[in-house]
Amino acid sequence: VTSTSRVEDLLRDLGPQVLGAVARRYGDLADAEDSVQEALVAAATQWPAEGVPDDPRAWLTTVAARRMTDRLRREGARRRREVAVAVREPVDPPSAPDRDDSLTLLFLCCHPALTPASAIPLTLRAVGGLTTAEIARAFLVPEATMAQRISRAKQRIKASGASFAMPTGSELRDRLRSVLHVLYLLFNEGYAASSGAQVARSELSAEAIRLTRMVHSSLPDDPEVAALLALMLLNEARRPARTGPGGELVPLAEQDRSRWDRALIEEGVALVTAALPTGAVGEYQLQAAIAALHDEAESAEATDWPQILALYGLLERMTGNPMVTLNRAVAAAMVDGPGAGLALLDGLDDRLAGHHRLDAVHAHLLEMSGDGEAAIAHYQTAAARTTSIAERDYLLMRAAGLTARNG
Amino acid sequence: MSKDDQQLRRTREGAAVGAGVKEAHPMKYMLLMNHAPGGPSAGEWTPEDRKASGAHMMAIHEELSASGELVGAEGLTGPEAAKIVAHDGVGAPVVTDGPFPEAKEFLAGYWLVDVESEERAIEIAARTSAAPGPGGKPGAREIQVRPVMTRDAPDLEP
Repeated sequence: VTSTSRVEDLLRDLGPQVLGAVARRYGDLADAEDSVQEALVAAATQWPAEGVPDDPRAWLTTVAARRMTDRLRREGARRRREVAVAVREPVDPPSAPDRDDSLTLLFLCCHPALTPASAIPLTLRAVGGLTTAEIARAFLVPEATMAQRISRAKQRIKASGASFAMPTGSELRDRLRSVLHVLYLLFNEGYAASSGAQVARSELSAEAIRLTRMVHSSLPDDPEVAALLALMLLNEARRPARTGPGGELVPLAEQDRSRWDRALIEEGVALVTAALPTGAVGEYQLQAAIAALHDEAESAEATDWPQILALYGLLERMTGNPMVTLNRAVAAAMVDGPGAGLALLDGLDDRLAGHHRLDAVHAHLLEMSGDGEAAIAHYQTAAARTTSIAERDYLLMRAAGLTARNG
Repeated sequence: MSKDDQQLRRTREGAAVGAGVKEAHPMKYMLLMNHAPGGPSAGEWTPEDRKASGAHMMAIHEELSASGELVGAEGLTGPEAAKIVAHDGVGAPVVTDGPFPEAKEFLAGYWLVDVESEERAIEIAARTSAAPGPGGKPGAREIQVRPVMTRDAPDLEP
């Protein structure tokens, strides 16, 4: 008899591996996923009572393959599919290396046919081995809602005709961009979780880091992959200091830097330092380089703002994203004074009109320049527009602080 | 304003790390519908009209369930069955029975959806608003579209 939690851990590890093997063998993610789920359920009920088989992975693969065969038969496309399977089987036995399968699976789940919002839960389920209930909890929606979303994502991949094979050449580059984008968003989902209250959600960052590590170990020479991993680690390092005990936001300048995770910073800095000189500079390299400059600074005052300003300039040219311009304005204010920052905001009124972050940065720069009254007005506008309760509270607190000082 | 910028405006800001690059992001919206002025019996409803209206709402409900966008939906009774409670923390709570002639707007129900853009929330609200009323004509009832606030802790700075 084996403890239920040990079996659960084992199944979570093995699920994605088995799915990779079955999906490759049959070339169909949607059906393979359902079959593997059935095998996992069978194991979860049988193993705690009867013990774990000697080769649990082979057991699961066999059961899932059997379910898959039943499924194909039921679907009535028997002859066509069995021919396809027969063609695949000899060259592609299910015992090929796990990591290749997991990587192929990840590329399929992050297929550009899906929006990131669909790709993320599918990736968590198929590659991360999370249950639908766990994913639903992390995204704060009912399980049935998440189940539908995952099922739709699988159907969309099927409809796109994507096959279970690693892309090559220029297609690899494009598909890799989708994979990194999905992992980046997945990390941000978890990073946005406020500490304590949203444990299930903060685990998404850990999962994003784990998957990015997997991509990095398969493609160690790709500088953008290494940089994305660095970016995640350099931000994760600051997590313990970025919110207070009540979930309140602590701005970078006021964070207790002794609470930053030194090991993560060292690893992140090493990764980005190695990645930068290797080739064409990409977005993640620039973002990671900026994060590294923040993390390496002993205090907010000691931060290398001129370097950060220059990097934002590059990033702005590369992306044309007005949010980057907003950040460049903050850096410009730190280097050349609030007037320089405010001048950069002038051009953004049109492009970010009505966006709370424009008002928040405007307020911050006005506060720096000593115009308390105007700053209060912009803090209040920003507070009325943000959808984050924690950010609203922070902005109102800044406004209240200024009111107290002015009055 | 370019289309991209509009898109940018309407998507929620995640706690985008590093450069604070904004991304499209599923977000919850509450769609709120008030009771028709004069109460649910206003207008000339035939049984067919009622059936058509119910079928319209049910079709939307089913579509949102299937797409994985529906978080929850409920209908509320009218003001006749409602009570308003106020308590100053000292005396006995004051309980007022409906209907409330003063209240111009009275919530009739809501849909909570988790969608990829504000455009999508507006599209759902528009279809709900166009549910057939008396005579089979689209009712054009006002639906409020309200972003739901999150407990997220976004990054404040670059």
